[in-house]
Amino acid sequence: MSLLDYFRSRKSKTASVAKQRLQVLVAHERASRNQPSYLPTMQQELLAVIRKYVTVDDDAISVNFEQNGNQETLELNIVFPEDGH
Amino acid sequence: MARIIVVTSGKGGVGKTTSSAAISMGLALRGHKTAIIDFDVGLRNLDLIMGCERRVVYDLVNVINGEATLNQALIKDKRCENLFILPASQTRDKDALSIEGVGKILEDLAKDYEYIVCDSPAGIERGATLAMYFADDAFVVTNPEVSSVRDSDRMLGILSSKSRRAENGEEPIKEYLLLTRYNPERVELGEMLSVEDVQEILSLQLLGIVPESKSILTASNSGTPVILDEESDAGQAYSDIVARYLGEDKPQRFIKKEKKGLLQKLFGGKS
Repeated sequence: MSLLDYFRSRKSKTASVAKQRLQVLVAHERASRNQPSYLPTMQQELLAVIRKYVTVDDDAISVNFEQNGNQETLELNIVFPEDGH
Repeated sequence: MARIIVVTSGKGGVGKTTSSAAISMGLALRGHKTAIIDFDVGLRNLDLIMGCERRVVYDLVNVINGEATLNQALIKDKRCENLFILPASQTRDKDALSIEGVGKILEDLAKDYEYIVCDSPAGIERGATLAMYFADDAFVVTNPEVSSVRDSDRMLGILSSKSRRAENGEEPIKEYLLLTRYNPERVELGEMLSVEDVQEILSLQLLGIVPESKSILTASNSGTPVILDEESDAGQAYSDIVARYLGEDKPQRFIKKEKKGLLQKLFGGKS
């Protein structure tokens, strides 16, 4: 490291930014890795059924799959618009 | 019974073939009969790195298709009698590799060899998935850089779900981290992910660190696995890696930058 580098090193540490971004991303990707492959299709089909009756946004529905040992939980969350009736 | 090692990474250009060549040579130099297979069908390059490109007659696909025997296709290394190379084919046919064909080759090799090193292509296409399918051990080659770490994690997911061991409910593939192109100076400046950072994200057992080194290019220029350059830092790093894999207790090196003199500190110098 030269004298010049010494002053340059005062700049922001991008490695820690990289680490944080990776930690978030990897955690998210690992969670979705264990999900059954039918999940995205099911989400689309559920959305289509709900839209027959209520006008909802694309992101108004979330499907979460969790696995704890032998127990598998499928959580379905739909946010209805306030004036959707 | 042979041990099958896959050298994988997902991302291209991180050092899979360099590592495969060095490690298989290292195993062979220690007296273990070793075969190395290039799975990069269509983009064969292991032959160049091993320096046997002019001796290729038959290849992996020829053997699978029954156009050549395994012994006809295997190239005996000129520097070490325990090392044999099975080159990839240059065909553009994506379906040239079959799971049965690869399985048969590995089964036949396992009768004669102690270690079979599978040099995986980049990506997650058939060549890559077949290279890892039959593996006992996986060396995940990773650079301290975001896209490489992410792809490595993706490969870990595939290793744990789409392998013979996973499908048969056997003991999972043993996964090891090989951190390559490491630059301790940049790590110290906070410009590069450290070995601890990468380990924390991937939670893998560290087999070794290979520093960014000029010797890698000079080795590939001349078709010599870098482990044969005993003077070089990268060559020594790979020797350590082979020793650790074989169960020797070698402390990690190349984590910290080398100490420099006062003049070099002030004016910089060759790094």
